[in-house]
Amino acid sequence: MNAPNASGWKPAMGDGSGIAAPTSSGDAALMLEEKLIFELAGCATTGVDFDEEAGDIDPALGKFARKQAPQLPGLSEPETVRHYTRLSRQNYAIDLGPFPLGSCTMKHNPRLNEKVARMPGFADVHPLQPVDTVQGALEVINELAFWLIELTGMYGVAMSPKAGAHGELCGILCIRAALEAKGDAREVILVPESAHGTNPATAAFAGYKVEAIPATSEGRVDLDKLKERLGPDVAGVMITNPNTCGLFERDMKAISDAVHAAGGYVYCDGANFNAIVGKVRPGDLGVDAMHINLHKTFSTPHGGGGPGSGPVVLSEALAPYGPLPFTARMEDGTVHLVEEESLKAFDHAKSFGRMAAFHGQMGMFTRALAYILSHGADGLRQVAEDSVLNANYVLRRLEATLDAPYAASGPCMHEALFCDEGLAEGFSTLDIAKGLIDEGFHPMTVYFPLVVHGAMLIEPTETESKDGLDRLIDSLQHVVERAKAGDEALHGAPYYAPRRRLDETQAARKPVLVWKGEPGVSRIPTPSEVGDR
Amino acid sequence: MRYLPLTDDNRREMLGVIGTDSVDDLFVDVPAEARLTGDIEGLPKYASELAVERHMARLAAKNIAAGNVPFFLGAGAYRHHVPASVDHLIQRGEFLTAYTPYQPEIAQGTLQVLFEFQTQVARLFGTDLANASLYDGSTACWEAITMAGRVTRRSRAVLAHGLHPHYVSTAQTMAKFTKDELFAGAPDLDASCEEDAIIAQIDDTTSCVVVQYPDILGRIPDLAKIAEAAHDKGALLVAVVTEPVALGLIEAPGALGADIVVGEGQSLGVGLNFGGPYLGLFGCREKYVRQMPGRLCGETVDADGKRGFVLTLSTREQHIRREKATSNICTNSGLCALAFSIHMTLLGGTGLEKLARINHSRARLAAQRLSEIEGVSVLNTAFVNEFTLVLPSDARVAVRELADRRVLGGVSLGRLYPDEDALANGLVVAVTETCSAEDIEAFATTLEAVLQGEAA
Repeated sequence: MNAPNASGWKPAMGDGSGIAAPTSSGDAALMLEEKLIFELAGCATTGVDFDEEAGDIDPALGKFARKQAPQLPGLSEPETVRHYTRLSRQNYAIDLGPFPLGSCTMKHNPRLNEKVARMPGFADVHPLQPVDTVQGALEVINELAFWLIELTGMYGVAMSPKAGAHGELCGILCIRAALEAKGDAREVILVPESAHGTNPATAAFAGYKVEAIPATSEGRVDLDKLKERLGPDVAGVMITNPNTCGLFERDMKAISDAVHAAGGYVYCDGANFNAIVGKVRPGDLGVDAMHINLHKTFSTPHGGGGPGSGPVVLSEALAPYGPLPFTARMEDGTVHLVEEESLKAFDHAKSFGRMAAFHGQMGMFTRALAYILSHGADGLRQVAEDSVLNANYVLRRLEATLDAPYAASGPCMHEALFCDEGLAEGFSTLDIAKGLIDEGFHPMTVYFPLVVHGAMLIEPTETESKDGLDRLIDSLQHVVERAKAGDEALHGAPYYAPRRRLDETQAARKPVLVWKGEPGVSRIPTPSEVGDR
Repeated sequence: MRYLPLTDDNRREMLGVIGTDSVDDLFVDVPAEARLTGDIEGLPKYASELAVERHMARLAAKNIAAGNVPFFLGAGAYRHHVPASVDHLIQRGEFLTAYTPYQPEIAQGTLQVLFEFQTQVARLFGTDLANASLYDGSTACWEAITMAGRVTRRSRAVLAHGLHPHYVSTAQTMAKFTKDELFAGAPDLDASCEEDAIIAQIDDTTSCVVVQYPDILGRIPDLAKIAEAAHDKGALLVAVVTEPVALGLIEAPGALGADIVVGEGQSLGVGLNFGGPYLGLFGCREKYVRQMPGRLCGETVDADGKRGFVLTLSTREQHIRREKATSNICTNSGLCALAFSIHMTLLGGTGLEKLARINHSRARLAAQRLSEIEGVSVLNTAFVNEFTLVLPSDARVAVRELADRRVLGGVSLGRLYPDEDALANGLVVAVTETCSAEDIEAFATTLEAVLQGEAA
């Protein structure tokens, strides 16, 4: 059965039962198919004109010279622009509609930030220029660092980590370095169940044994169990606050005090800092280290999967161990870049060293600073309040439709957690997600956190209007009602996306990770060819 | 607040649905004593778009942008001309503001780009496969070392003398905590790449040999020779490429026996950006695919049998395997990979070769001109677009004085190796298609004046 959706449209199935005949091109008006560059072009074309003829090759280079040019296809400029523009139209994006992705925080990306990041004074400077030729860039780092420290109530900040998980690693390395400086070789990091999945991976990567701490029935860290486990072998605890159930860890201060009393340190995963910015400072709750995903709290664009940026704020106990390089403001007002060369002069020999070649994600720093200055302290508090208001609105309006396992635990923070209780036999969270695609929305986070069955974690963010939220809620209610009623057509969703459900099992069983063939030889596999593989 | 759509009426209405009077009631779980009530001291209030733009422009103006002066810095980051269409296309909202393609049906644009990117990188490097990118060259280099440890079940890596010192220190930082043992030596101011000294360090406990190609001094190591020696002892060869444009001219590392090839992709499409975001490139042999770090995009079919793409083999990744993950990588550099891929598509194989040859001939011209200065010599016997000058005195001083005369004349080895006095007179000079003949002449005459002690 092909149930009409809310708008009354019927899905075109391509099986003769739909409303339109298939086209000869495979395209459907504005829904355009696009070949791979390897199928479009040969190796001889180039879309770049050069000022001059290439000169001779130095005879000394002879034995190293490559025998033929790399077998890479080239396209003219118009073909290139068209190829990528056509591909772009197969993407959902925050510019098109909301990404209600819990724990991923996708908010509006202001274009002023893009303009600022592209100013030649920031975009066209080399990381190894003499420091007095990059004073403005260093001031950006310093100014952003100042805001991050003030907003979190911490003592110092490491700016160089290149993403959230890299920041986690930075924090754990600081803890390790601080303990080793005391001759205290501890082996265990405790990670509550309500923490991000990246946390245990980070602790293990830094050479620690990882032990889980269970959550209470309310979805928060079990303080008693945590206290029982603390001891001289525990280097620290990694907590996500607000946690992945969307709840604030009420006992944060008590947890920090207990961990400190046992000689360990507290790492807070700051991925959800956007929920509390301007409302509470992690430093006041006893946190020793916390990374801040600049794209989440301060709106740097996600770019289809990065780049991220993960500065780590540090307590007074951990700050001396942070990574190189860092900036220091001198008495004359100039900003110095402290690297290996000047380390001794800055009495900072405790640094654990470099985490990456240069100074971190400068292009993200300029964007984040522009965003922070645009909001100011008052606006940032409004950011947290609106994101929490929007999430609680979603929670309350959907409670009658979807089971919300922790709704009784108190208000949620910036994200609302639901589970798959009550769907008809054979229907899952995945069906809801794919059904939502046909409704024109990006699905919420599914099957995370792991603490509830068939999780659906919705984070609206503060840049969604009430009207937009109502539309999302209406669509979600409609899809859930279909799943409760056992509407079989839902198993086939999405129908209207550029692709129907993709076979992820085949992709993993027989990985095809690169195109194999001669560029320029068009070879689009027919459905039957593809089916045979 | 121009970025916040809720009106006060909306807020009141929504609080009514929630059943509370004040938004502060929603923060009830935050302990009262920790809750901030007023503004944080020292932080200003909101600013208009015009005010923010002025503030940032004022800071930007304090920097010397590379395009405004004769500019010759390299050493891991390179200035190339990026065609205008690259930046235009990456600013399309559907690329710029998209999320990680976890819902493949509505992320085919990003996924097809990643599949094309993986193929381009593999072909450029001469490897069977490549991943969807890592943070940057230095972190990719470290990931290659840990991957070689997993493949060989050995934990001693030999880092060649010519490996970028920041890459060495990144690896050293991580090795302290993962208990890998690293051997690394600083280079000599020597025209040979010290292949024999590297090979002498390889033994039955060596997991991999890490060789930069071309190296930090612009020298071109004999990768085939090192590959053979490594393979004889059961070790892998990891090649590190910091300047991918060079591969338009010299043989791909994979074709010379490298098992893993990593690189910094900043040269194509990304721009200098004062050190980041950059683009980690990572390729390897097919048999190691399940030990490879980072995201991978794979081809598959949809329910109608149409070709499509998905992220795949993610069971290696940390969000699924938690403490058993093969790496700490949680993201890639998607937008930078897109920029790289578009630039590479515009160039094509022949365009890349031509670009490399133009870089090479400009660099030869510069090396010739600079070596005419009294007391200055060129260290390298062979190079692509970067070489090392040996000055009669500390290059740090020369760089400083050149900058005072508005010439950015390279990276001093003293900055990169502060503890190696023997390297103090070395100056690494990169010459790309963006350096005009006038720039080269200005550099040479200014360096001459600086070395002769003329007042600025």
